[in-house]
Amino acid sequence: MSSIALAEKNDTAAITREFLTIMIGDQIFGIPILQVQDVLGPQKVTRVPLAPRAIAGSLNLRGRIVTAIDVRACLGMPPLEQTGKPAMSVVVEYSGELYSLMIDKVGDVLSLPARDFEKSPPTLDAQWRSVCSGIYRLKDSLLVVLDVPGLLDGLEPK
Amino acid sequence: MDDLIAEFLTETNESLGALDLDMVRLEQNPNDKELISSIFRLMHTIKGTCGFLGLPRLETVAHRAENVMGRFRDGDLQVTPAYVTLIFESFDRIKLIVAGLEETGSEPQGDDSALIAKLDAVFEGRDGNPDNGTSGADVIPDSVKNAVDPLQALFDSTPVLSPDQWHTIVTVPENDDPEKMAGQMDTAPAPSSAPPAAKAEAAPAAAKAGGDDHGAKGGASLADQSLRVNVDVLENLMTLVSELVLTRNQLLQILRTQKDTEFTAPLQRLSHVVSDLQEGVMKTRMQPIGNAWSKLPRIIRDLSMELNKKIDLEMIGAETELDRQILDMIKDPLTHMVHNSADHGVEMPADRLAKGKPETGKIVLRAYHEGGHIIIEIADDGKGLPLAKIKEKAINNGLTTEEELAQMSDQQIQQFIFRAGFSTAEKVTSVSGRGVGMDVVRTNIEKIGGSIVLKSVEGKGSTFYIKIPLTLAIVSALIVEAGGEKFAIPQLAVRELVLASAKSSVKIENIKGTPFFRLREQLLPLVSLRDLLGLKEDEGAAPSESKYIIVAQIGAYQFGIIVERVFDTEEIVVKPVSRILKNLEIFSGNTILGDGSVIMILDPNGIAKAIGETDVADTGAASKAAAKNASAKEKTSLLIFRTGDGTPKAVPLGLVARLEEIDTAQIENSSGKAMIQYRGQLMPLIPFDSTVDLSSGTLKPVLVFADETSTMGLVVDEIVDITEEVIDVQVSANASGIVGSAIIGGKATDVVDIGHFVSSSNKDWFKRHGDEAFGDTSTQGRKVLLVDDSPFFRNMLTPLLKVAGYNVTTLESPLDALEMRESGASFDIIVSDIEMPKMNGFQFAEKVREQNSRWKDIPMVALTSHATQQDIRHGMDVGFSRYIAKFDRETLLNTLTDALVANGEAQ
Repeated sequence: MSSIALAEKNDTAAITREFLTIMIGDQIFGIPILQVQDVLGPQKVTRVPLAPRAIAGSLNLRGRIVTAIDVRACLGMPPLEQTGKPAMSVVVEYSGELYSLMIDKVGDVLSLPARDFEKSPPTLDAQWRSVCSGIYRLKDSLLVVLDVPGLLDGLEPK
Repeated sequence: MDDLIAEFLTETNESLGALDLDMVRLEQNPNDKELISSIFRLMHTIKGTCGFLGLPRLETVAHRAENVMGRFRDGDLQVTPAYVTLIFESFDRIKLIVAGLEETGSEPQGDDSALIAKLDAVFEGRDGNPDNGTSGADVIPDSVKNAVDPLQALFDSTPVLSPDQWHTIVTVPENDDPEKMAGQMDTAPAPSSAPPAAKAEAAPAAAKAGGDDHGAKGGASLADQSLRVNVDVLENLMTLVSELVLTRNQLLQILRTQKDTEFTAPLQRLSHVVSDLQEGVMKTRMQPIGNAWSKLPRIIRDLSMELNKKIDLEMIGAETELDRQILDMIKDPLTHMVHNSADHGVEMPADRLAKGKPETGKIVLRAYHEGGHIIIEIADDGKGLPLAKIKEKAINNGLTTEEELAQMSDQQIQQFIFRAGFSTAEKVTSVSGRGVGMDVVRTNIEKIGGSIVLKSVEGKGSTFYIKIPLTLAIVSALIVEAGGEKFAIPQLAVRELVLASAKSSVKIENIKGTPFFRLREQLLPLVSLRDLLGLKEDEGAAPSESKYIIVAQIGAYQFGIIVERVFDTEEIVVKPVSRILKNLEIFSGNTILGDGSVIMILDPNGIAKAIGETDVADTGAASKAAAKNASAKEKTSLLIFRTGDGTPKAVPLGLVARLEEIDTAQIENSSGKAMIQYRGQLMPLIPFDSTVDLSSGTLKPVLVFADETSTMGLVVDEIVDITEEVIDVQVSANASGIVGSAIIGGKATDVVDIGHFVSSSNKDWFKRHGDEAFGDTSTQGRKVLLVDDSPFFRNMLTPLLKVAGYNVTTLESPLDALEMRESGASFDIIVSDIEMPKMNGFQFAEKVREQNSRWKDIPMVALTSHATQQDIRHGMDVGFSRYIAKFDRETLLNTLTDALVANGEAQ
């Protein structure tokens, strides 16, 4: 990835990728738009006792059972203070199953040029690095690309 | 892969399945022209299609095999096992090539020249057999009985083109004509001379034409009546229907709050249609169990050749349907177990003859519905499980110690075969004995919520009983609440519900913080669902003083789950839990309820494991054994009723066929007796006593007693209760129709002598003389074993004998009795019926009187409903001391006393 990124640096901004931006705390994240199935408002989530904290529970999305993932927990962040529960969710499909990633709020869809991409720097928090596939340099902030397969694989029991 | 090839593979796999079955049948009926033609045609079709598709290797093998089949068909070559084996060999080769084709899309490399040479030798009559005829190696005539009907066979062999793609054949049941099925195979023969490497462009077109022809020629063939549907489509349909059901439920919910809206009628209609739709979609998932059995005849046939055994395979109930998903999961365990039965169970013919068994061993597979379950029995009449070897092996493997073994019953010891790494086969054969086996079978069966039980008598054979749910997709579940969360628990595991409250006598007791509950004189271990799931107390709800205990049963192990609330039962569609939750064994799945919320489904097996009951099957056997030993204190279910005088009266519930309520206005009189028309027959009615008024023109409860031919009704005033108690008749009564009084439910209760009423209604039923008080001090506490297959007589005689002071043990079958003998039970006298299934009274007596039998000195009394002089003589010859008519209670009691006294003097 990095070599491509470097090669494209010299190029024009012809190659771009689209991301759905999400906010968790103060940090802006991006999920590749093609992975996103749905964006949901607050949902009634059934807790799954004994499950790890990162698994918030299950919910019914038009007759399909979706496993809700508390992304804050995956990133080692404290629960959202006011409500204690993230308000919005992004639904993704992975290995034939649906997951709803619970986040604070959903932002715009951004089209980002490949030349602004960098792989995760080694100094990034280890827990974050395992669920991030890289960073885009935006004008006034840095966008962390959420590695959805990596995040979900990490939750699978060994 | 080329679509045409894919289609060809599907069809060929299907044909190969049918060929295997047909071939086995042909071996048994070598002269069945129909069968030969059918096999020939199938073979021919395969060969022809190969030509079109340019599959030279496959075509050559099929062609040569077809040549040999052609000679069978023309009748100038006798079908012998040796030839059948050769044909099977070619089938296997074809399968091998087809498998390669499936994987890579082209024919695998390989050398078939040896096989072809053999086939050619037979075809050209050069195989060294005089007149190419019987080889003398006629090893297994009639060896494999095939109970699968041919259509079934075709369906059973539903090919698996690409295992996760094409699993299901949807069949329309009208087509059950084997001829039609054969006709379907009669496709336009492709010119076999077509150059194998036909021009690539021409081949697809030609094959397509062949395919069309296929459908057309078959007329009302399988192709018209069934179609292949991708499993994903069905799964998707199932999901959509579930959602539709859900929406329907929500609509109905809304409708209930509205009054007289115009939506009522259409919504009702919608509701019906949706229900039908749901049922229909469920049906598409059901397949006959024969699908899982189709390969077995061939397996048994090959095994018997290989092991030089003679084995009959009988398959009963192949049409029993169950969910495809479950079918897939039991296929391998079943095959494995049939392997085992053939390899370890059935003995060599010489050994069988030496033991006085028929030379040909028998394996019976039987499937039937029972409740919401399917029972599959796998029985063989082989040598049974060698107890000594199991014991040795169990000790060697460190599974147990000798001290522990000494405490165990035979059945418990037998259960060791379900432990990991346990195989008693003396040598590893190519088919079994590799030490992975029954434990895997058991795990697989338990995984789908089933259970497996083993019964084995050394020297007689073994029977496995597998109990599996009909479908995993929709189950009835009880919705409960713990810690403010709702959970579903499958109804199948729930035995009963108990409401326990701190104030009443029904309460939960604690020992060092661990809760227990007394359930009918047994201590029930309890687990709080809230604690188990690590949930906090629901703060919103007021602390409730009463809790519900769900009594769950896994195998024979019972335990209680404490929950806070119990809601309704609901039919739920089980969906598997997400991959990332699969390590939570306590949940078997999740589902969406009618209100749209997601709910987790508890797995009772998982709960049992979580509370430390790791080896449920063993415990089951243990508690069963305990139950057997405790037979002296056995409880009887009693029906308590009342008549005018108010004293509660009890009658063993087992004796009562039905409870009815009759309108006394409908009572008619016939030859001075009260009668009522009941189920198309006249049933005599008898008021329990004079206080029961038949003419009052009201509804009266009636206890209906019935045997095979006649019924009678006993009219009472009020049905009070049904309880389970130990009948301990303390005071003998003088009143007719009462055997005595016992304390039941804390009250003095009259135990009713049904014999009295039955005989007064029907003189043929019972022959009865006076009415005397029983009870002879010399017989007090003597142990009587009563063996009778009829529950009616068992139930009738038990109170009678108990009243007379005997300590009675009743058993349904002599086989059970012999099992008790092995486990060391002892009796003073044995009373046995003569006509019983499996083993009759005469055979039983012979067994009891065997030279080294522990029971050989126990007097035996034969009970029979009709005795000829010859029977009586036969009975005396085999060891019965007395012979009496079943209905003659008095004589029975006198005879028992006499026999005991006589035996006492003799000793």
